[in-house]
Amino acid sequence: MRYPFSVGRSDFIQGDEAIARAAILAGCRFYAGYPITPASEIFEAMALYMPLVDGVSIQMEDELGSIAAVIGASWTGAKAMTATSGPGFSLMMENLGYAVMTETPMVVVDVQRGGPSTGQPTLAAQGDVMQAIWGTHGDHSIIVLTPATVQEAFDMTIRAFNLAEKYRTPVVLLTDGEVGHMRERVNIPDPDEIERIYRKIPKSKEQGKYPFRDWDGDGVPPMPVFGRGYRAYITGLTHDERGKPKTVEAEIHESLIRRIVDKIEKNKKDIIDYETFDLDDADVAIVSYGIASRSAIRAVKILRKEGIKAGLLKLNVVWPFDFEMIERIAERVNRIYVAEMNLGQVYHLVKEGANGKAEVELIPKIGGEVHTPKDIIERVR
Amino acid sequence: MYLESSYKIRDKYLRTDMLPTMFCPGCGIGSVLQFTLRSIEELGWKQDEVVWVSGIGCSSRVPGYVNFDGLHTTHGRALAFATGIKMANPDLKVVVFAGDGDMSAIGGNHFIHAIRRNLDVTVILINNFTYGMTGGQVAPTALKGLKGTTAPYGNFENPFDISQLAVAAGANYVARWSVFNYVQGMNSIKKALQKKGFSLVEFLSPCPVSFGRRNRMKTAPELIRWYQKITVPISKAKKMSPEELEGKVIIGEFVDRDRPSLDEEYERYKERAKKLMGWEE
Amino acid sequence: MRKEVLIGGFGGQGVILAGVILGRAAAVYDGLYAVQTQAYGPESRGGASRAEVVISDEPVDYPKALNPKYLILLSQEAYDKYLSFGDDGAIILIEEELVPHRNKELEERFKVYALPFTEIAENTTGLSLTMNILVLGFLTKVSGIIKEESIEKAVLDAVPKGTEELNLKALHKGFELGKKALNGEL
Ligand SMILES: Cc1ncc(C[n+]2csc(CCOP(=O)(O)OP(=O)(O)O)c2C)c(N)n1
Repeated sequence: MRYPFSVGRSDFIQGDEAIARAAILAGCRFYAGYPITPASEIFEAMALYMPLVDGVSIQMEDELGSIAAVIGASWTGAKAMTATSGPGFSLMMENLGYAVMTETPMVVVDVQRGGPSTGQPTLAAQGDVMQAIWGTHGDHSIIVLTPATVQEAFDMTIRAFNLAEKYRTPVVLLTDGEVGHMRERVNIPDPDEIERIYRKIPKSKEQGKYPFRDWDGDGVPPMPVFGRGYRAYITGLTHDERGKPKTVEAEIHESLIRRIVDKIEKNKKDIIDYETFDLDDADVAIVSYGIASRSAIRAVKILRKEGIKAGLLKLNVVWPFDFEMIERIAERVNRIYVAEMNLGQVYHLVKEGANGKAEVELIPKIGGEVHTPKDIIERVR
Repeated sequence: MYLESSYKIRDKYLRTDMLPTMFCPGCGIGSVLQFTLRSIEELGWKQDEVVWVSGIGCSSRVPGYVNFDGLHTTHGRALAFATGIKMANPDLKVVVFAGDGDMSAIGGNHFIHAIRRNLDVTVILINNFTYGMTGGQVAPTALKGLKGTTAPYGNFENPFDISQLAVAAGANYVARWSVFNYVQGMNSIKKALQKKGFSLVEFLSPCPVSFGRRNRMKTAPELIRWYQKITVPISKAKKMSPEELEGKVIIGEFVDRDRPSLDEEYERYKERAKKLMGWEE
Repeated sequence: MRKEVLIGGFGGQGVILAGVILGRAAAVYDGLYAVQTQAYGPESRGGASRAEVVISDEPVDYPKALNPKYLILLSQEAYDKYLSFGDDGAIILIEEELVPHRNKELEERFKVYALPFTEIAENTTGLSLTMNILVLGFLTKVSGIIKEESIEKAVLDAVPKGTEELNLKALHKGFELGKKALNGEL
C-alpha cells in the first residue's frame, strides 16, 4: 500500500493534518465535509490524499449532509469520517443521534472554536464538551476523546476509529482550534505496526437478518454490510432485533436503549484513558483535558517548586466518565480545580464525581486564549 | 404490458414479517411500490445489489417492507445518506423513496445538490400535496388554495414543481404521472432505474386521510378524479398559455439525457489525481 | 531548557513560514521538542502576523511564548506590541528600515541587532522575499538554539521547488552576518 505522505518517520505538522493522516492510516476511505474554520485543513488534507488511496472525499452542501453521507458510507463497510467546528457540529446533532440509534461506526471530529453561534471562528475553545456528550436528543451514550498535542491528535484519531468499530458507535474526537492549527513533531508509525480494529460482521445470513441482536453477549451486534445479501433494514425509529420499527412497546425501547448505553458504560475500563502528573501525594488536584491541560502541567511543575503539593489528572476521554475515580481522588485531596476553556462543563462532572468529599472549583477561560500557567497558579496558590 | 401475478411480486419482494403496512385505506404509496417492484422484476435486477434509502414520512416507510438492504434515515436527508452509499460502493444500485415534503422542504437542499452532482440514484417521489405522516399540514407542493392544518383557510404560498426543479438542476431523467397512469408510470420507473445519473419519477398519489378529508375529497376515487381534472399531458401543455396552465399539473416525461454521473466523474478524478501526482502514467 | 521565540511582522513577510521552519529544524532534525503556533484569523489576512515557537529538550507543556528569549520584529506594529514581552537579556532582531520609531530605553534590557534585513536579502538573492530565511540564519548563528545543518534541511523541506539555491544563499548570508554580529564586527 502506497501512502501520499511519508510513513515510518516523524514530521512537523498541524494537528488538523495529523488527524487526516491518522484517519487514512486507520483505514478511513470515505470523508465528507463542509468547509469551516478551524477544521478545514482536515478536509483539505483528505481532499488531497483520498483520491490517491482510492478513497472518497466529497464536499457536501452542509454538515447535515456530511454526517449523513458518512453514515451511509459506513453501511457499505467503509471506515468513514467527517470534521467540523461548532456551527457545523450543531447541525450534525440529529444525525449523530441517528448513528447512535443505528449503531453506526464513524468518527466525527469537532475542532472547537469560540461560540455560541458563529462566535470566534479562528480562536480555540472547549465549549462543546456537553454538546459532544449530550447534544443529540434522547438517552444515549457516546465516546468523546480529547487530544492535547498533535501527537495525541494523531494517536487518538486511530483510537477513535478502533473504538468506533469495536463498539459499533459514533466516536467524537473533540479537539480545538489551538491543537488543530499548531505544529508539532508527530511520529508516524510504520503502517504495519498500527493496530486496526474492524467491526464484527454477521457470520451467517441468519445473523445478518438481525442487525440489532447481541449474538455474542458483549452488547455489540455484528453489523451487516449493504450489498452482501444480508437484506438488513436499518431505521432510526425504535426497533427490535430484526430492525423492525416498534415505536410504542416500552420493553423494546428499554432493552434497545439500555444495550446501546451499556455497551459503552459497561466497557468504561477499556475506553477511558487518562494520565496523571504528581497526583499520588498531591494535596490539591487539577483536572484538565485537551489544550488546557498543557497549561495545567506547567502550573503543577511551578507550584511544586514553590512547595505546593499540586497534581494533575489529564483526561484523554471525557465520556464515558469515571466518576468513581474522581471520588477516590477527592478523598485524598483538599481541593480539586477544573481548568477548562469554557464557563464550566467537565467541572459539573467532576463535582458530581467528588460527591462532596472535596471542594471542587472551576478555573474557567473564555475569549480564545489558552489559560496561561499563571491563570491556574494564582487560583491554586 | 404483461403483468406478473401480484402474489409472486409480494412473496418475492415483501418482508412478510414486517407486514401489515402502516398505510391508510386509499393511500397511493402501495401502488407506487408495486410499480417499482414490478419494474425491478422486469429488469431482472438482483435483490442483493439494490439498496433502498428513505427519509421520514409515510412514503419513507417503504424500505421497511421490501426484502432488500434498506436505510430509513432522518427527515429530508435520504439523498445525503444515499450519496455516501453510492460513492463508497458504486456497484450498488440505489433507490430512494420519498415524500414531497421530505424531498422539497426539509430535504430541498440535498435534493438540488444531489441532482447537481448527478448522483446515480433513482428517486421515486410520492407527491400527496401534504405532510401525510404528521397529519395533513401543508407541504411546499400544495397548490394555492388547498387546505392543510397549518393553512386552514387555504394555502397562500406558491407551490414548488418538483419535477421542473429537477430538470433545471440537471437531472438525467425526470417524469411525472399520477398513480392512475400505471402503464406510463411503470415504463418511466424502468427507464429511471436503468439510467446512469440522477433520475426522478414523481407520482401524484392519493392521501385521503390527511389530505383528501380536508379538501372535500374523502376517498381515493375522488382524488383520482381530481388528478384527472388538474393534470395536463406535456404534449397538450405545450400548446397552452401560462394562464390556462394556472393551477394545473403537467404530467409526462420531462427530460431524458445522459450526462456523466458523479461516480463516473469521481473515477476520472482519481485518475487525474494519480497522474498529477506522478503515481501513474 | 525551554526556549521561546516570537516572530512578528505583517502578512507577506513569511513570518509563519519562518516559525514553521524553525520548529521543524528543532523537532525533526535536532531531536528536540518544538511547538509552533500562530495568530490566525483577521490578523493573518494581510495585516499583522505572528508566529511563536517553543523549543525544549523535554515535551513542551504550555505551547505559547510567555517570556520569549528571542524576538524577531519585522514591523513597527510588531515592535510596539511585542518588544516588552522579551525576557531580560533577550536577543532581539529588528528590521530597522521598517521600525523607524524605537524605544531605546526599553531596548537596554536586551541584546538588540537592528539591520535592514529586507534590503540585505534583496541584495543577496535579488528577492526581498527571502528576508525571512536570512533572518532565520542570523538567529541560528547568534542564538545557537538549533544546529546550522538542521535549519538548512528544514529550509529545503519547506521552500518551493526550484528556489532551494536562492534560499540557501539567503540562509548562509544570515549565518555570515550573525557571525559578524557575535564578533562585534557589525
Ligand atoms: C427534523 C424533523 N422535523 C420534523 C419531523 C416530523 N415529520 C415527520 S414526517 C413529516 C412530513 C412528511 O411529509 P412528506 O415528506 O410529504 O411525506 P408523507 O408522509 O406525506 O409521505 C414531518 C414534518 C421529523 N421527523 N424530523
